[in-house]
Amino acid sequence: MIRLIMTFLLCLTVAGNVAAENAAPENSAAESTALKSGVFDPPRMAPDFSLPSSRDNQFTLSEQRGKVLVLGFGFSNCPNVCPMTLANLAQTYKNLGALAEQVQVVYMTVDPERDTPAQLREYLAKFNGHFVGVTGAADELAAVRQAYGIIAKKEVHKTGGTYEVHHSSYIYLIDREGLLRALVPFGKGADDITHDIKILLHEKSHQAAL
Amino acid sequence: MNSGVSSVRSRSVIICVALLTALLLATILLAFMPLRFDSREEVFEIPKGTWAQRRSGNSVSILPDQIYLALGVRDLLVLRNLDDVPQMFGPTLIMPGQSFKLPFELASEYDFACTAHASGQMRVVVDPEPTSGWQRLLWRIKNVFR
Repeated sequence: MIRLIMTFLLCLTVAGNVAAENAAPENSAAESTALKSGVFDPPRMAPDFSLPSSRDNQFTLSEQRGKVLVLGFGFSNCPNVCPMTLANLAQTYKNLGALAEQVQVVYMTVDPERDTPAQLREYLAKFNGHFVGVTGAADELAAVRQAYGIIAKKEVHKTGGTYEVHHSSYIYLIDREGLLRALVPFGKGADDITHDIKILLHEKSHQAAL
Repeated sequence: MNSGVSSVRSRSVIICVALLTALLLATILLAFMPLRFDSREEVFEIPKGTWAQRRSGNSVSILPDQIYLALGVRDLLVLRNLDDVPQMFGPTLIMPGQSFKLPFELASEYDFACTAHASGQMRVVVDPEPTSGWQRLLWRIKNVFR
């Protein structure tokens, strides 16, 4: 009898929780965010940088206004994360078709010792020749990573003297006005990334989109 | 004497039957009643002064160590940084006064680094969508204990 009453009370408590659920329309589509990625609100200006690129010139972020930028961090010797991310971005480029001309993928190395401009060019060309790699002095790259909240940690293997770099695996989307708009977590598919880039491409301006 | 005992027994039986019926009805209701929320957002705020307290040696824990979400119901995690300094939440840096809204589309457990936590770690548990029936009932019961 006591067990029965206890169970009944539990039901009442759960029912209380249910009552606390607001009587709004069920899961309306309008509630879902427009972008499928993580969104910053309000967005801040993407921290600027000017560094040597795989195109043998200086790449300056603020000179790219008018394009949607996809900014990633990684290194050419990365065994699994970077190849997956770059393959996803290559597929995204294909999905975008002619719109891809208005998009620029920028891949900043976290391993400047090995990733020279030439090495980055060769590596990125395996995915898409349009991608641009950025490298530079270790302290300059570290300052950019800090401004974007990117973590990179070198780990030397016990044998062979080789090393790898553990690093943040997400990518940023920067809109045509240079605003840091979204963060695409690792593992998001090319369709979702394409979806978000198209939204940013079709915005006249962020303010107008609000 | 016997009729008194019998009367008490029959009253107990009636109460039992009534409670069982109510229990059954409540179970059916909880299992099939739609989930209604005014928003799919689960909002957490990092209050002003968190960093200052941390700096002065106080081990303040602002956010729960585990955050529970459910697909289709509460699947948008919103972090607001009301503190005076940038905070590292999971994958990213959130500036003072800025919010970061992260939608989840896959039921799983996600571990993030988070400077708003005394432990420096937080876990987001994303449950599958509590569809009608047993799953919805279980989800509602689990939520009582969370």
